[in-house]
Amino acid sequence: MPDFQIKKTAKDYDVCIVGSGAGGGMAAYVLANAGIKVVLLEAGPLYDPAKNVTQLKWPWESPRRGASTPLRHFGDFDAAYGGWELDGEPYTHKDGTKFDWFRSRMLGGRTNHWGRISLRFGPKDFKRRSIDGLGDDWPISYEDVAPYYDKIDQLIGVFGSKENLPNDPDSIFLPPPKPRLHELFIKEAGGKLNIPVIPSRLSILTKPINKDRGACFYCSQCNRGCTVYGDFSSSSVLVKPALNTGNVDVIPNAMAREVITDTQGKATGISFVNKDDMQEYTVNAKVVMLAASACESARLLLNSKSSLFPNGLGNSSGVVGKYLHDSTGASMGGILPKLIGRKRYNEDGVGGMHVYTPWWLDNKKLDFARGYHIEYYGGMGMPGYGFGFGMQGTNGKYPGRDGTQKEAGGYGASLKDDYRYFYGATFGMSGRGEAIAREDNYCEIDPTTVDKFGIPVLRFHYKWSDQEVKQAKHMKETFAEIIDTMGGVVTWGKSSAENDYGLEAPGRIIHEVGTTRMGSDPKKSVVNKFNQAHDCKNLFVVDGGPFVSQADKNPTWTILALSMRASEFIIDELKKQNI
Amino acid sequence: MDRRKYLKTLAVGSLGASALIACEPGTKETPKAPASFTIDRTKEELIREAKLVSETFFDEHEMKTISILTDIIIPKDGTSGSATDAKVPDFIEFIVKDMPRHQTPMRGGLKWLDIHCLKRFNADFASCSSSQQIEMVDNIAYPEKAKPELQQGVAFFNLMRDLTACGFFHQ
Ligand SMILES: Cc1cc2nc3c(=O)[nH]c(=O)nc-3n(C[C@H](O)[C@H](O)[C@H](O)COP(=O)(O)OP(=O)(O)OC[C@H]3O[C@@H](n4cnc5c(N)ncnc54)[C@H](O)[C@@H]3O)c2cc1C
Ligand code: SF4
Repeated sequence: MPDFQIKKTAKDYDVCIVGSGAGGGMAAYVLANAGIKVVLLEAGPLYDPAKNVTQLKWPWESPRRGASTPLRHFGDFDAAYGGWELDGEPYTHKDGTKFDWFRSRMLGGRTNHWGRISLRFGPKDFKRRSIDGLGDDWPISYEDVAPYYDKIDQLIGVFGSKENLPNDPDSIFLPPPKPRLHELFIKEAGGKLNIPVIPSRLSILTKPINKDRGACFYCSQCNRGCTVYGDFSSSSVLVKPALNTGNVDVIPNAMAREVITDTQGKATGISFVNKDDMQEYTVNAKVVMLAASACESARLLLNSKSSLFPNGLGNSSGVVGKYLHDSTGASMGGILPKLIGRKRYNEDGVGGMHVYTPWWLDNKKLDFARGYHIEYYGGMGMPGYGFGFGMQGTNGKYPGRDGTQKEAGGYGASLKDDYRYFYGATFGMSGRGEAIAREDNYCEIDPTTVDKFGIPVLRFHYKWSDQEVKQAKHMKETFAEIIDTMGGVVTWGKSSAENDYGLEAPGRIIHEVGTTRMGSDPKKSVVNKFNQAHDCKNLFVVDGGPFVSQADKNPTWTILALSMRASEFIIDELKKQNI
Repeated sequence: MDRRKYLKTLAVGSLGASALIACEPGTKETPKAPASFTIDRTKEELIREAKLVSETFFDEHEMKTISILTDIIIPKDGTSGSATDAKVPDFIEFIVKDMPRHQTPMRGGLKWLDIHCLKRFNADFASCSSSQQIEMVDNIAYPEKAKPELQQGVAFFNLMRDLTACGFFHQ
């Protein structure tokens, strides 16, 4: 029988944070800089993009040329330790529904390899029920969050252009990079179709903002993590400076099991399993902040059962896990014949698009509620695994270098030249839209399954409604129009009613939020407007869980702003000895 | 203590990552230490990489056939060398171990090609003359004009073309 006892970590802390991604990293940064003693539990290993390098590595430095593996789902060079499945940590589904859950286990969580699309929510995004009668309003408004958006713009840095759009508020922007060639064609088509195509808004430093981080040198590889910290990752931009204050202890490979509570129902700390020695530990703190990502934090709460909290901690309302929603997504791509045989030059730019389309239409005139934004890609990227695949579908369709049409497929010198000839002529676009948060889309504890640590796992139940399907249909029609107007030819992404217009399975867009929703009524929500649990005053949730609705934007800038806001609230409450 | 045994333990211990690999349950022999990596690898990844390089998938005859095919697909030209110059066959050997879904189409496709050549030229593909090889390839390299009864060969050649180009344009 192995030595089985629960070890207590020696120190007591003011605040224990679970998870070091966007929400947890921001909380650690704000609290540590205010002199508060913090312990940061992270289920994955330490990670520093300056030390764990894949940036600027050549394709052949990966024996699989950057293809994905079961251990790196977004490819060998991507900075995510993890993916859609984690060995020994399953999740299950109910009633044959679908939900794909992307988890990164590492310091900084999913911010090490995210797209850096950093959009503020707009005034309407906090009050959707008042506008269309669906879902719920947030208990806060844009004005409550705006000062925090301002602060994170300056702390982290984001580029973009001032547009004065009513529901896509401008940030305090660094200068945006110039559009690439394919992006100019998209912009031109957008102009003809009255679809706005404006500079993208990414948290990448086109100018230095402090001495700890270098400016972007345009390698277009942000998903690999940046050795000069030119882009935003929680690991390098928040956790590292937080550690430098001396006020934070990070415990890596610490998988939180439960929130521990006392007989009065106050949280006293966290119990966790240390993955290095597989021993059980507890750590005590005056305040507990969950930032393990929306679904994982819901799982922690649901697994923290006691006689006081038989349905799980913070769950007297019964809504923990419910109202789970991810962005909608659909994509289409093509080839632009006028770019075939194009001149070679470096158009790397930042790691992501230089232009995008914010939602531009009025839903009152459409057959679905809520909008979407469009992300664009294409051009002369670094070849990776899959480069050149399917040439037989391309080289028979367009005249070759000598002007004559060839037989599709082939081999030899002329085929070899085709790969060079067609390189850089393809492009694509993806819509990312707002789904309605609904009670019957949820995650819950699977009654029969545990992970390798013995922790009960999540079971998902999620179905798209007609609203999301119609939105995807509209996306596809728009994409086809843009491609056609550009003079392009659609090569992939055509779809129909049979496959829900190519609407991606829930979870695929990796914007899952809503599982610990915010509200003023403790019977209908988990946390209050400061991300504080209604049922437990010294417990906070600062990831995407508290989102009431997701907006037609990506969620992370708002996770960061709300986490900063909650952390400042905690500092205040600790001073007043209210918690 | 047996001195030879002692030396062996020492050798394993000094290999760092491969010492860990030796403890991986289920591996009978100690796989070769992974080629040194210049890209970030986690502990779990190093174990997986070591296991992959310790395995062999294609036999000598298959590798010979693959080499001939890759050079037919990507020959040397004024700009760069041929597929075998760029070690594309090694890439193909690696990638089918890394992505087992390619194994049956590749092994079966190579066999299909040999059987076809045997019937036609009385020799396996690698043993055919170069003009016979090209005659064969001409029959399966053009999906839109290939005969319906050769469609399996077309599918195999499409895969060969994909893997060859992908392996080549990354060297
Ligand atoms: C490829 C990709 C692209 C994306 N692009 C964008 C984009 O462009 N814009 C945008 O706004 N968003 C984007 N996102 C989404 C964005 O990454 C997330 O919204 C954001 O990271 C969520 O932050 P978080 O703090 O809630 O969780 P995470 O970043 O997931 O961090 C959670 C952390 O908690 C740890 N953890 C989990 N469980 C436990 C436990 N039990 N005990 C201890 N620690 C635990 C995890 O290991 C992880 O480090 C993208 C995501 C991906 C994967
Ligand atoms: S594109 Fe810029 S910020 Fe992104 S990884 Fe490269 S240098 Fe860093």
